[in-house]
Amino acid sequence: MLQVFEARLFELVTGEIGSELVAGRIVMAISFREEVLEHSWYAIEWWCQRRIFIGNCYVVSLAMKIRRFPEVRSVELKWKPHFADFNLVPDGWGGYFYPWICEMARVYPLLEEIKLKRMVVTDECLELISKSFKNFKVLVLSSCEGFSTDGLAAIAANCRHCCMLFASWNLRELDLRESEVEDLSGHWLSHFPDSCTSLQSLNMSCLASEVNFSALQRLIARSPNLKTLRLNRAVPLEKLSTLLHRAPQLVELGTGAYSAEIRPNVYSNLAEAFSRCKELMGLSGFWDVVPSYLPAIYSVCSRLTSLNLSYATIQSPDVTKIVTQCPNLQSLSVLDYIEDAGLHALSLSCKDLRELRVFPSDPFVADANVSLTEQGLVAVSEGCLKLQSVLYFCRQMSNAALTTIAKNRPNLNCFRLCILEPRAPDYLTLEPLDNGFGAIVDHCKQLQRLSLSGLLTDLVFEYIGNRAKKLEMLSIAFAGDSDMGLHHVLSGCDSLRKLEIRDCPFGDKALLDNVSKLETMRSLWMSSCSVSLGACKRLSQKMPRLNVEVIDEQGDLDSRSDNSPVEKLYVYRTVAGPRLDMPSFIRNMDQNPTCRRYSLEKLFSE
Amino acid sequence: MSSETSTVTSEQPPSTADTELTLRLPGESQKSETKPTKRRFSDLTDLKLGGNNESDTECSVVTRSTPAKERVVGWPPVRSHRKNMMKKDCKYVKVAVDGAPYLRKVDLELYSGYQQLLCGFEHLFSCFTIRNVLNERKLMDPVNGMEYVPTYEDKEGDWMLVGDVPWMMFVESCKRIRLMKNSEAVNGSVLTRRDFGRWASKIGSWKLLV
Repeated sequence: MLQVFEARLFELVTGEIGSELVAGRIVMAISFREEVLEHSWYAIEWWCQRRIFIGNCYVVSLAMKIRRFPEVRSVELKWKPHFADFNLVPDGWGGYFYPWICEMARVYPLLEEIKLKRMVVTDECLELISKSFKNFKVLVLSSCEGFSTDGLAAIAANCRHCCMLFASWNLRELDLRESEVEDLSGHWLSHFPDSCTSLQSLNMSCLASEVNFSALQRLIARSPNLKTLRLNRAVPLEKLSTLLHRAPQLVELGTGAYSAEIRPNVYSNLAEAFSRCKELMGLSGFWDVVPSYLPAIYSVCSRLTSLNLSYATIQSPDVTKIVTQCPNLQSLSVLDYIEDAGLHALSLSCKDLRELRVFPSDPFVADANVSLTEQGLVAVSEGCLKLQSVLYFCRQMSNAALTTIAKNRPNLNCFRLCILEPRAPDYLTLEPLDNGFGAIVDHCKQLQRLSLSGLLTDLVFEYIGNRAKKLEMLSIAFAGDSDMGLHHVLSGCDSLRKLEIRDCPFGDKALLDNVSKLETMRSLWMSSCSVSLGACKRLSQKMPRLNVEVIDEQGDLDSRSDNSPVEKLYVYRTVAGPRLDMPSFIRNMDQNPTCRRYSLEKLFSE
Repeated sequence: MSSETSTVTSEQPPSTADTELTLRLPGESQKSETKPTKRRFSDLTDLKLGGNNESDTECSVVTRSTPAKERVVGWPPVRSHRKNMMKKDCKYVKVAVDGAPYLRKVDLELYSGYQQLLCGFEHLFSCFTIRNVLNERKLMDPVNGMEYVPTYEDKEGDWMLVGDVPWMMFVESCKRIRLMKNSEAVNGSVLTRRDFGRWASKIGSWKLLV
């Protein structure tokens, strides 16, 4: 038992916490009582005294976790299922940060960093953060929601509070990446007091309101360590050069709107300002682009390692002209306006490319509005030898292309393909794309993340189950014929942690035949599949350490027969028992929740 | 979202039975006793198809874009944040309500006309219902029986009645909106009695402006 524990400990710790691994801490973990060893996955996920990472916050109850580690400096929490990004998780599902921050404010006085993903964070949370931690440095809110610019004002203004009581203010990083913020005004930025000089990273790109420009300018001017600045759309292009003059040390810049009337002095100021930024390696932003202003960035192109043009609605020739001047590019995000021609040029110019993301410019239109096909991706797979990570939206794909890509790039570790039309076959042969994806998992032996699309039968899942032994995350939509598909995945993919499925004919048998697999995974999401209510109940009975949650917005679960299909199912391992913040349309299938939770709490309370 | 699913049309005046529409504020679905499919405002363009039929009896927000085919929720998997950012036109204006302490924001580009805007106010402010009074649709608070008149500030800084100008012109020139209690609108800064008479007949003519 101990050996199994150690093996699991190394595997999970190195996977998820990484460089924090220190021998002394492992010894600490192993000295837990024997009963604990059976729950090794639980202990491992939050054993580290200083840094807590919890990949699914309902794994442990708040009280249990908080009690144990008062030395904590850094907390990273992820909450809602990934499919929440695509509106599949109803509002009110859960994921409220408030109970956590209340406890943390009480018992983690030394907390410096909070990083949250897909959580509901209110202004009250932000106010509490701003008042509770004297060394607070880093706040990252990734795809969060529930707060407004008033909450941000509290964070910014915190400086004032701190400066009265302590010597210096420490906020280093405020990153709101892709959060949904209720944008009441831009005034929050003006709350950073004059004494705040420690800012290293500011990402406000998701906000719509205009901030006070002179406040922004002054903030930047007094932040000599500012390395990352991502402006929002409301910052006009004419003013960008002013900001750049005050921050020539920037390493990453997100522009505001990249459009202005064509005026020579605006252009020349901008070009000159960019040329002074000798450290700049990453560019993003570029909303509302006026192509005539693009050459202003040419002076920095040769240094760029990261370029995000995925909001830039510029046509292929303009995009191509930029990317072909970036020989050191490692990460590129673009719209499909780049077209096959642009991707071909990319494959010839950017030999260091590791990551490519191509987003759809018009995802809801059936006919192609751009000339981007599978050929673009094939070209990049041929020319960019270091390519590891792909996210590609397109309208057609073939088995031949997928096989070519797989053979070209066996070093792929992330392959996410989205063919816009569900169940689209190989456009050349009209066959399913089983063999193409089969080639991907066959050749790319290090593949960790895979998203499928197109017409797929159970065969592709047999291939995946047999070959994708390092696969950790799999996303499936509109695929498969029967339960066998799911069975292949659950029984074959040894490293699987996260599985998310929508609109597939997968049902009870596969689920119930593989129940113990589910406890080795972080989570399973199934929506619009063929799983019955009865099967969910049976699953819950068989596996007391799983939370089996049925989401049903019709709201009448109590009167449903066991044969009826569930709308959405979310299964995850936990020692905390059913969570307490479920809304009325979510039901935990556990028949005896109270007894179980109490006994486990007792176990860990020492 | 195809426009066939819109339930508010100007050609068919609603029957007496469903003139009284009461809607929740966003964020209340878990407490509400009615069946939820609550959507955040930014998600109202992504209504479920073939799901529950609540939207047939409620005020649906009709978007201006009409794609070539029906949309499936969450497909293709493009994040809401990206969808919102890619919207070419985005016209957010603040909406203030007399007597309410909070402001809301609406994106005027989401609506195709005044009718839908009125429905949008119902969505935003659960205290309001749209009542049919003498064949005119008015925004009412059933609790105090007050009628609220939508007004807006235009680019020149003048306060105008919503509904005066063609819809697109309104979208272009509107800076912010205020829902004024009827008594103020009549006696206060916006209108004279004579104007009110003209305005009342204009509200009736909203149907034609859609």
